[in-house]
Amino acid sequence: MSLKMKAFKKSIWVYHVACSPCNNCDIEILDLLTPRFDVERFGILLVGSPRHADALLVTGMVNRLSKPRLIEVYLQTPRPRVVFAFGSCGISTGIFAGGYNTEGPVDKVIHEVDPEGVIVYVPGCPPRPEAMIDAIVKALKAI
Amino acid sequence: MIIFNYLVFPGFLFAIIIGLLTVWYDRKITARVQWRVGPPWYQGFVDILKLFTKETLIPSTAKKTGFVLAPFVGFSTALLVAAMLGVAGLYPKMSFTGDIIVLWYLLMVPSIAIIFGSSASGNPISQVGSSREMKLFMSYELPFVIILFSIAAKAHTLSIGGIIEYQRVNGANLWSLSGIIGFIVALISTQAKLGLVPFDIPEAEGEIASGIILEYSGSLLAILKLMKALLLYTLPLFLITIFLGGMNLQGLGILWFIIEYLVIVFIISIIRNTNPRLRIDQAMNLFWAILTPLATLSGILSYVGL
Repeated sequence: MSLKMKAFKKSIWVYHVACSPCNNCDIEILDLLTPRFDVERFGILLVGSPRHADALLVTGMVNRLSKPRLIEVYLQTPRPRVVFAFGSCGISTGIFAGGYNTEGPVDKVIHEVDPEGVIVYVPGCPPRPEAMIDAIVKALKAI
Repeated sequence: MIIFNYLVFPGFLFAIIIGLLTVWYDRKITARVQWRVGPPWYQGFVDILKLFTKETLIPSTAKKTGFVLAPFVGFSTALLVAAMLGVAGLYPKMSFTGDIIVLWYLLMVPSIAIIFGSSASGNPISQVGSSREMKLFMSYELPFVIILFSIAAKAHTLSIGGIIEYQRVNGANLWSLSGIIGFIVALISTQAKLGLVPFDIPEAEGEIASGIILEYSGSLLAILKLMKALLLYTLPLFLITIFLGGMNLQGLGILWFIIEYLVIVFIISIIRNTNPRLRIDQAMNLFWAILTPLATLSGILSYVGL
């Protein structure tokens, strides 16, 4: 494993994209920053701009209004980049499947603009913080 | 030998390494204040390395030359200040008359470079940050320069080496009434120069999405982060030089220097962790209406000889 990859794995900066979620996942994500779970131990930081980010945390199913915004934010993220699809809605649109404004799950939308895009699926409604840390660890092993 | 001093110790390389370690120290204190564990000691190095390997995006609305040039200008001046201060601490006799003015000018350049770069980025939010940075810059420089000249007047010299030698003969500037007032004012100005809470108004992540550095990515962002790390090393060192007798590397002096440095960074970090962000008008009011009269008082006291 090269030094470059090692550095990437030890310092993942995350930008949080809320694509019409019910905010349950978002509250669970904030749990990761609290003393109990403290992801800064692994160098994970929340940043304020997609230009600084390595990973996008996408919560919620993508609807017609948020689709162009998600694509714009994705293209603004410098390579190498990873997308985390959070919760049942992000993975499969969940209970909103077949809704009149549903544009599809996160992976479908991302693969429309970038077929090579790396997507990590974190199931649960909402996913537990332990599940999120586990997902990050597994994703980093797979890269 | 002098080239070694400028390039390795206590010049460029040493300054970068200590700066990145200080970033970790600051983040660790933040984590402990919030009852967390915090990042490992190599976090600063890893972050910079990762940013250098990432893609660098330049927005299509940006003025390319200014946007790309600004981080390099800021970084190289911060590096130069660190080297000059370090070498002046090692050989006080080698500094020339008026280099305190040169240092004061060079310490301004990183802020000006950031203002320049963020207004060249073509992003409206970045420009809001840039205008805030400009106002903050004009407010904190006034008390800072008054303190600087009151110290120079006290030591009857305009060179850093002269100020260090004056303190070696007469004791550190901090242990006098004018010195204590001056140190407090200079410490608060330092906080604003570093752009840390309560003066992170231009960067305000919650309001304007990290404003001044919003459009920077990849290696340009790495250069900016390195510049911030260098300033986090340089400004406490500057305070130590003009108030606490500079870095004295003989015998126990080195231990004393390390303790002074860690304590000053600790105070800065604690201020940053226990305060809310000020509005820009509150910050200007603080600097012009409260700290400038205090700085003038300290100047008068040092003229009288207290």
